[in-house]
Amino acid sequence: MSAVVDTHAHGHGDDHGAHHGPYGGLMRWITTTNHKDIGTMYLWFSFTMFMVGGVMAMVIRAELFSPGLQVVDPDFFNQMTTMHGLIMVFGAIMPVFVGFANWLIPMQIGAPDMAFARMNNWSFWILPFAGILLILSFFMPGGAPGVGWTLYAPLTVQMGIGMDLTIFAIHLLGMSSIMGSINIITTILNMRAPGMTLMRMPLFCWTWLITAYLLVATMPVLAGAVTMTLTDRHFGTSFFNAAGGGDPVLYQHIFWFFGHPEVYIIALPGFGVVSQVIPAFSRKPLFGYASMVYATSAIAILSFLVWAHHMYTVGMPVTGQLFFMYATTLIAVPTGVKVFNWVATMWKGSLTFETPMLFAIGFLFLFTLGGFTGLVLSLVPIDIQLHDTYYVVAHFHYVMVAGALFAAFAGIYFWLPKWTGRMYDEKLGQIHFWLTMIFFNITFFVQHFSGLAGMPRRIPDYPLMFETWNKVSSIGAFGFGLSQLLFLYVVLKCIRSGEKAPDKPWEGADSLEWTHLPTPVPYHTFDPQPDLR
Amino acid sequence: MMLKKLLFGALGLALCGVALAAEWNLQPAASKIAADIHWVHEMVMVLVLVLFVGVFGFMFYSCYAHRKSVGHKADQFHENTTVEVLWSVIPAIILVLIAWPVTKVVIAQKDTSHPDLTIKATGIQWKWAYDYLNGEGEGISFLSTMTTPRAQIEGREAKGENYLLEVDNEVVVPVGKKVRVLTTAADVIHSWWIPAFGAKQDAIPGFIRDIWFRAETPGVYRGQCTELCGKDHGFMPIVVRVVSQEAYTKWVGEKRALLAKAADDETKTFTLAELKSRGEKVYAANCVACHQASGKGLPPTFPALDGSKVVTGAQAAQIDVVLNGVTKNGAPTAMVAFGKQLSNVEIAAVITFTRNNWGNSTGEAVQPADIKARRK
Repeated sequence: MSAVVDTHAHGHGDDHGAHHGPYGGLMRWITTTNHKDIGTMYLWFSFTMFMVGGVMAMVIRAELFSPGLQVVDPDFFNQMTTMHGLIMVFGAIMPVFVGFANWLIPMQIGAPDMAFARMNNWSFWILPFAGILLILSFFMPGGAPGVGWTLYAPLTVQMGIGMDLTIFAIHLLGMSSIMGSINIITTILNMRAPGMTLMRMPLFCWTWLITAYLLVATMPVLAGAVTMTLTDRHFGTSFFNAAGGGDPVLYQHIFWFFGHPEVYIIALPGFGVVSQVIPAFSRKPLFGYASMVYATSAIAILSFLVWAHHMYTVGMPVTGQLFFMYATTLIAVPTGVKVFNWVATMWKGSLTFETPMLFAIGFLFLFTLGGFTGLVLSLVPIDIQLHDTYYVVAHFHYVMVAGALFAAFAGIYFWLPKWTGRMYDEKLGQIHFWLTMIFFNITFFVQHFSGLAGMPRRIPDYPLMFETWNKVSSIGAFGFGLSQLLFLYVVLKCIRSGEKAPDKPWEGADSLEWTHLPTPVPYHTFDPQPDLR
Repeated sequence: MMLKKLLFGALGLALCGVALAAEWNLQPAASKIAADIHWVHEMVMVLVLVLFVGVFGFMFYSCYAHRKSVGHKADQFHENTTVEVLWSVIPAIILVLIAWPVTKVVIAQKDTSHPDLTIKATGIQWKWAYDYLNGEGEGISFLSTMTTPRAQIEGREAKGENYLLEVDNEVVVPVGKKVRVLTTAADVIHSWWIPAFGAKQDAIPGFIRDIWFRAETPGVYRGQCTELCGKDHGFMPIVVRVVSQEAYTKWVGEKRALLAKAADDETKTFTLAELKSRGEKVYAANCVACHQASGKGLPPTFPALDGSKVVTGAQAAQIDVVLNGVTKNGAPTAMVAFGKQLSNVEIAAVITFTRNNWGNSTGEAVQPADIKARRK
C-alpha cells in the first residue's frame, strides 16, 4: 500500500499548489484521485439525479392532480413511485453528502487528501453505471419495477427483467457506499493533523464518521436482501415464498434492518452541515459540542433497534410491537438534545440571515416538524391507522427533503465561495430559499390531512374526498420543481461570473478550511499538514 | 358574465370549505379502538404543539432579538450541564407518561380472543375473497370486486359518489358483535383496512394474521387495500355494511338461498352461446384488469389472449393454466390459480368465451364436465 502512496506523491509532486489537475479535459475527471475533483463530481452527479428523480415526482403529481387516470397508466405510475424513491435516496441524497465529505473532511482535519485516493476515484465512477442501470430498466420488456422503493417480496417476483437491473444497480451503489465509507473512516482516524484530536474535529466530520460506520454495517444487509430476491426470482430458492418454507415478512425484516439506519445515514451528515452553519451565522460556538457527539452516537446505535416500527401492521406479537414502540420513542431523546443544542447555539448570538443560515433555520424548523410526526407514528395504535397512508409520505418528506435536502442547500451556499472562489448572488439565493420553503410546505403539509382522512399511498387514482388536498399538493410540487431550476442558475452564475470571494467570507466560520486556506482553495492543500498543537 | 364568474367562484370556495371540513382529520370513529386511536392522537398532538411552540418560540424570539442588525453582541457560552441534563431527562419522563395509556390501547387492539363472528379475508390481485368461518353465517363465501366502471376511471362518465369505494358484494356484519378478521393472500401482500374501525392488517400469502373490530353503529364503512400489490392496487376497495342483528339474520338466510341457487348444475351441457354470454361476465370480473377488454393484454407481464397459442390450442392446456395458474421457478406469478376461486361452470364459460372472441374462433364449447375432469 505504501508503494502506491509513494508513487502518487511523486507523480503529483510538480503540481503542488497548482490550480489544475495532471490531465486536461475529460481525462482529468476520469483519472483524478484528487478529493476536491471527486467531491465536485459527486455533487454534480447527485444534482443530475435530483433532476431525474424530480421529473418523476412531477409525473406522479400530474397524475394525482385529479381523480381518474389521465396522464399515465397504473403500471407506469408504480414504476414512477419506485424509481423516484430509489433515485432520490441512492442517487441524489446519499451522493450529495459523500460529495461534501470528499471536499470537506480532508480540509477540516488538515489532511492532504483521502486515505485511499484511487479507491475514491473508483467509488465515484461506479455510481454513473448504477444510475444508468436504474434508468435502463425503463427500456426493458415490462419496464422498470413497480414495487415501491422498498422492493417488497413477493411482488418483486412478478416483475420483468428491469427488476434484475435494479438489483444489480443496488449492488453497485452498495459497493460504492462501502468503499466511500472505508475511505472516510480511515481518513478521519489516521490522517488528522497533529493536534486535531477527535473531540476538536468539526461536528461535520463526527457525523460522517458515525454515518460511515452505519453504511459499512447496513449496506451488506441490503445487498443480501436483494440477492435473495434475485435467487428467488431466477434460481428456485424460496427465501420469501411460504410455499417453499420461506416468509415474505422475512424480506421486510432484512430490508428495514438496513432501512432504518439508512434514515440516519441520510440525516446525520445533514446534522453535521447544520452544526457548522448555525454557529457561523450566530457568531457563537456550537452549544454542547460533546453532547452533540454523544447524541449522534446514541441515535446511530438506537437506529439498529427500531427497524420493525415500519412493520407494525404485518401482525407481529404484542410484545414485539411494544418493544419496537418503546425503542423508537427513545430516539426522541437524543434527537431532542440536538434540536435544543441548535436553538441554544442561536440564543444570545449575533445573528445574520444569509442564504445558508436561512436554509439551516428552515431545516431546523421543518425537520423538527418531521420528527414530531415521527413521534406520532412511533405509537402503535396511531401507526396502524396511518401506516401506508399519505401521512407517512408527508412525514418522510419532511425528514428527507426539509431535513437532508435543506441541509444540503445550506451547505452548498455556505461552502460555494470556498469551492469556486466566487460569491453566489445573495438575493437570488434568498429567493430560492423562500420559494423552496413555501412550495415545499404547500406540497407536503396538506398530505398530512389526506393521510389522516385515509388516503393510501402508492395509488394512481383516489376517491373524490381526497381531491382538494391532492390539487393543492400538485400545484405546490410543480412550484417546488421549478424553483430548483433557479438553484441551478444561481450556482452556474456563481461559477461563471460571481464576485471574487474573500478567504473567509463568513465572519463566524472557524474550521480549518476557512482559517488556514486561501479562497479558492488550491488543488492540493495541507501538504505538509498544519501543526495545530 | 362577470357576475356569473364571481358566483361560480364563490360557489367553488364554499365547496372547498365543505371539503376542508370533511377531510382534514381522522374519519369519525365507529369502534372503541378507533375512538381510542383518536384520543391517543389528540393527546400526542397537544403535547407536540406545546413543545413545538415552546422550542420555536425560543428560536424565533432569538431570531428577532439577537440579530446582528440591531447590534446584539454574541455571548460565548457553549455549555451548561444543568440545562443539558434537564432537557434530556424531562423528555424521557414525558415519553414514559405517554407510553402507559398507549400500551393499554395496543394490548386491547391485539386481543382477538372470543369473537362472535370470524371472517377470513383473502387478498387476490385485485379483489377480496371472504369466507365466513365461524358464528352466524358460517359457510358463506363470496368474492368482492370493485364495481366502479372503467368509463368513470377514464373520465368518459361522471364519477359517482362512492368512486373507487364500491364493490359488488359487501361484507355484512351485525352491529355490536366482536368480528375477528383473519387475513391472508393468494399472490402478493395486500392489506385489509377500514379506517373508521381503526382496523388494518396486512394479508400475507402463506400466512394467516388476524385483527378484530366491534362496530358500534349501523352503516356502510369503506376502505382500500393499503399495501402496494401491483398494477391495480388502487382498485381493490373493502366495504363493510354494519346492520342490526335481525337484518343480519335475514341477510344470512338470503345469502345462503342465493348461493344454493347459484350453484350451477355441473352435469348440464350448455350451448356455445350460453357459455359465451356467461363467460363474458366472468371475464369482466376476473380477467379484464390484466388481459384487457381487447384481449391484447399488457405484454410481457400480462400476455395477449387474442391469437394466443394457449387459447387457440389444445383445450386441456388452457384449462390447466386457468385451474392451476402459472408458476415461475416454483413461485406464483400474476396468473393465479382460478381453480379455487371459480366454479367449473364459470371456468368452462370463460374459457369458451376466450376461445371464441376477438380473432379467436375455435368454435369449441368447453363444458363444465371437461373442467371437472382436469381438476386434481
